[in-house]
Amino acid sequence: MSEVSFSFDDKLYMGHQGEPMAAALLRSGVLSITNSTYHGRPRGIVGLGVEEPNALVQLVSGTQESILPATVIEVADGLNARSLTGIGALPELPDEARYDKTNRYVDTLVIGAGVAGIMSADEHVRAGREVVLIDDQPKAGGYLRHLGQELPSAMRDILAHGNLTYINRCTAVGLYDQNYVVAIERRSDHLGNSASDKRARIRVWHIRADQVVLAPGAFQRSLIFANNDRPGIMLSHAAATYVAVHGVRIFSRAAVVTIDNQGYRDALRLHNAGIQVQGIFDARPKAGGPSVDAAKAAGIPVRFRSTVLNTASNAEGALHSVLIQDLDTKETFQTAADLLAVSGGWTPIVDLATHIGIKPQWSSEHAAFLVSQSTDRLRTAGMLAGDFGGDDDPLVFFGPALDSEQARKAYIDLQRDTTLHDMRRAVGAGLHSIEHIKRYTTIGTAHDQGKTSGMLTIGALCQQEGLSPADVGTLSFRPPYVPVPFAALAGRERGLLSDPIRITSLHQWHVEAGAIFEDVGQWKRPWYFPKPGERMDDAVRRECVAAREGVAVMDASTLGKIDIQGPDAAVFLDRIYTNMFSTLPEGQCRYGLMCKADGIVFDDGVTTRLGKNHFLMTTTTGGAARVLAWLEEWLQTEWPDLKVYCTSVTEHSSTIALVGPKSRQLLKELVKDIDLSKDAFPFMHSREATIDGIPVRIARISFSGELAFEINVAWGHARHIWERLWALGRPYDLTAYGTETMHVLRAEKGYIIVGQDTDGTQTPYDLNMSWVVSKKKEFIGRRSFQLPYLKATGRQQLVGLLPENTDEVIPEGAYITVLNAHPDEHGKTRHTGFVTSSYYSPTLRHAFALALVADGLNRMGEVVDVPIGKKVLRATICDAVFIDKENIRRDS
Amino acid sequence: MNMERAELPIKSYFMLHIPCPHCGLRNETEFHYGAEAGVAYPDPNTLTDSEWAKYLHIRANPKGWLAERWVHFAGCGRWFNLWRNTVTHEIGPAYLPFTTQPKSPGNIGQEGSRA
Repeated sequence: MSEVSFSFDDKLYMGHQGEPMAAALLRSGVLSITNSTYHGRPRGIVGLGVEEPNALVQLVSGTQESILPATVIEVADGLNARSLTGIGALPELPDEARYDKTNRYVDTLVIGAGVAGIMSADEHVRAGREVVLIDDQPKAGGYLRHLGQELPSAMRDILAHGNLTYINRCTAVGLYDQNYVVAIERRSDHLGNSASDKRARIRVWHIRADQVVLAPGAFQRSLIFANNDRPGIMLSHAAATYVAVHGVRIFSRAAVVTIDNQGYRDALRLHNAGIQVQGIFDARPKAGGPSVDAAKAAGIPVRFRSTVLNTASNAEGALHSVLIQDLDTKETFQTAADLLAVSGGWTPIVDLATHIGIKPQWSSEHAAFLVSQSTDRLRTAGMLAGDFGGDDDPLVFFGPALDSEQARKAYIDLQRDTTLHDMRRAVGAGLHSIEHIKRYTTIGTAHDQGKTSGMLTIGALCQQEGLSPADVGTLSFRPPYVPVPFAALAGRERGLLSDPIRITSLHQWHVEAGAIFEDVGQWKRPWYFPKPGERMDDAVRRECVAAREGVAVMDASTLGKIDIQGPDAAVFLDRIYTNMFSTLPEGQCRYGLMCKADGIVFDDGVTTRLGKNHFLMTTTTGGAARVLAWLEEWLQTEWPDLKVYCTSVTEHSSTIALVGPKSRQLLKELVKDIDLSKDAFPFMHSREATIDGIPVRIARISFSGELAFEINVAWGHARHIWERLWALGRPYDLTAYGTETMHVLRAEKGYIIVGQDTDGTQTPYDLNMSWVVSKKKEFIGRRSFQLPYLKATGRQQLVGLLPENTDEVIPEGAYITVLNAHPDEHGKTRHTGFVTSSYYSPTLRHAFALALVADGLNRMGEVVDVPIGKKVLRATICDAVFIDKENIRRDS
Repeated sequence: MNMERAELPIKSYFMLHIPCPHCGLRNETEFHYGAEAGVAYPDPNTLTDSEWAKYLHIRANPKGWLAERWVHFAGCGRWFNLWRNTVTHEIGPAYLPFTTQPKSPGNIGQEGSRA
């Protein structure tokens, strides 16, 4: 392995390429990485992998990813990291790394490339199946790697088989129904400076497998005793691996505390590496087996029925000595040690199994929860299935009896600084369910999600309440198994690619004209067109005045358009809309409102009859897809006998709205082949015409209340028509306007926007639109108008509001009250409605608003209060139509 | 339309793969759910307020097998019906609207079903 240098907390260290950063730090004498988050106690490296609760770092280089355990970061040239105290910091710069995702369908997915996983993979390959084997480590072998052993050649051959794909550094983070697994492959961080920036840093795998084998292995756990968190107290398997495999030489005297034979194996490895092992303190009354015999033969003292009660530290906070207690006599004695290796038993990794609702079963023989049941599509192998391999013979034991002073220093969750005392307090508060205790104490809620603390919590609860873990059950784990960067989940769908952007065929003109855009769904729409030096208010007032007094033009192409054809099209529309469409003559348009079956307004728009069996429906810009789905649902599932075909044609044609008293005069200069006069071409009529030989359809539709013409033209010809209008319009001071002016103009006329002036609880009657509800026919929603709660008085109704202060635009969404009136049962003022649309009207020279007010249509002229912060604005309820109630301008 | 395709040759699938009668097995994210199948739109004017309210708002939500409506909105756009187990997420046979409902793959869920 090559030697490379890396930075940690601004100091340079040497390490072997590919080894865990924790190993290199330990070898350099860095035992204490940081202080604990809440209690500020020094904490050292405890574990070997993702279970590590203490040694958290943040990358300084590259992506600046946070909350990474030093036990999983591989040493690489250029690695630069700093220690973290529990809380990470968001990077200041955007993450420039690449992330991607891929799908894989396979016969068998094996999770975990330890011996059990490799043997399972072999079994499936031999059965002629295609196998994917994923493992979160850099190299396969699992436990063997911790022993420093090479993979036997037979297993290397299995990995090399043509029907097997082995993916290393790939962590399964979620197991879902139907053997769907999401896994995260880390592909470049371990390469350090030599990584190509074209290589995806993380690849998200979406794997669907006919069969899944879970062989994830197990985490070792600690014990609960006083001051069990000092640097120098480690899981025995981790300590032995750092010493024996990674050449850590910073410890001289070790004590080993155990409840199984794993402690003996680890003690022997420490002894063989030259560390003086003061003793193996075994909570069991006796122990046997090869592991025990070997440790004894090496001359390591063994004391049964003893365990660690407390520890002491030196001035730096690192472990100095250990207080051992005889579990029978309760006598204690001190042992000097700078390393306390704790073997508290193995906790098989049940996380993925619990993701899909499998309940692990307690096994006293293993002192562990296991998942041994299998189905024809999901099996477990290795330690999770109870195959511990050795002669472990563990005792169900989680720590000695502690008094309340000791319990305050006996940590269960090192990340959250939660102690046995905290757990006892939770039980004292009446919490007995492990899930409730977790939430009360926050145990298991940190980045490690209780990988080592979960089982200790269960053990402590059992010792407290005299229960068996079988009674308590495991905590539920939820995906992801390890933290996953959001950047990985986003993949390439970020920035411009995060969502499609829809633009009209006139978009480039708007850009060149300096438009400010707003997002309406996925559409970019011009919001307003400021002239140099103009603020938004100035631009909107200028645009409004042009539309009301001269002529103005707007791009209305984003309106949803649905082409409806078929012999039953008219019958169908009669059922969908609240008003009648079968009586609409060809070449004419009609405003329509649609309700859901519950009588609530759902969408609106103008529909034109292009032929006997041919209609063009327009919908709100944001409602196009939803309306089409609604039409299809009725046609397919209720009225299959109707011969009607619906097609989305939103992008087939552009719509240019030419608005204002001078619009006819301007349009006459461009359209020569039809008569545009008031009598020949009345309001709500549609005509085919040509402009420069281009076929257009012109409709007298007005969303402003002014004389207006909507020119519909094939998408690709819109810019030509627009520019012709623009050139001819110069003498008229033709003004382009955006959505803000459109809103002011329509609100002045009391025209609603479904979703802005409605909140999903209004009937047409609530909107004062009974004129659009047919009394002569059946339609969706009609029956609901008879329901008592839709007929009741006091429902919120659409009205206008005129603020007392002519310049004060009330914020949209503001609550409307009448102070000191309508108190509720507590004597407090109840709100009586809210503001839905609110603008300044240059035409009225007055601020105005639309609002939904309880019984509002019967409260004309009433003065209401609108509290805004500490101010109270006053306004008068009025009709929702502010301009041209007689529609003289519109019909002119 | 070939109505015979309604009976798909499937054994048992789970929720993340749904057999569209027109497109075959597709990811669940391509579908929208439409609640209990077989609730016909009634003649509104023959119903009492309470019967109408029941049609509007009450759908069977049993524990176990339920025939449901689904639409393959990101595929063919067609509505179809599907047996699904609301406890195990198992997916049973799919069938087209207005065709004979295939037999439930298991005991029809009882608890919480419509009175």
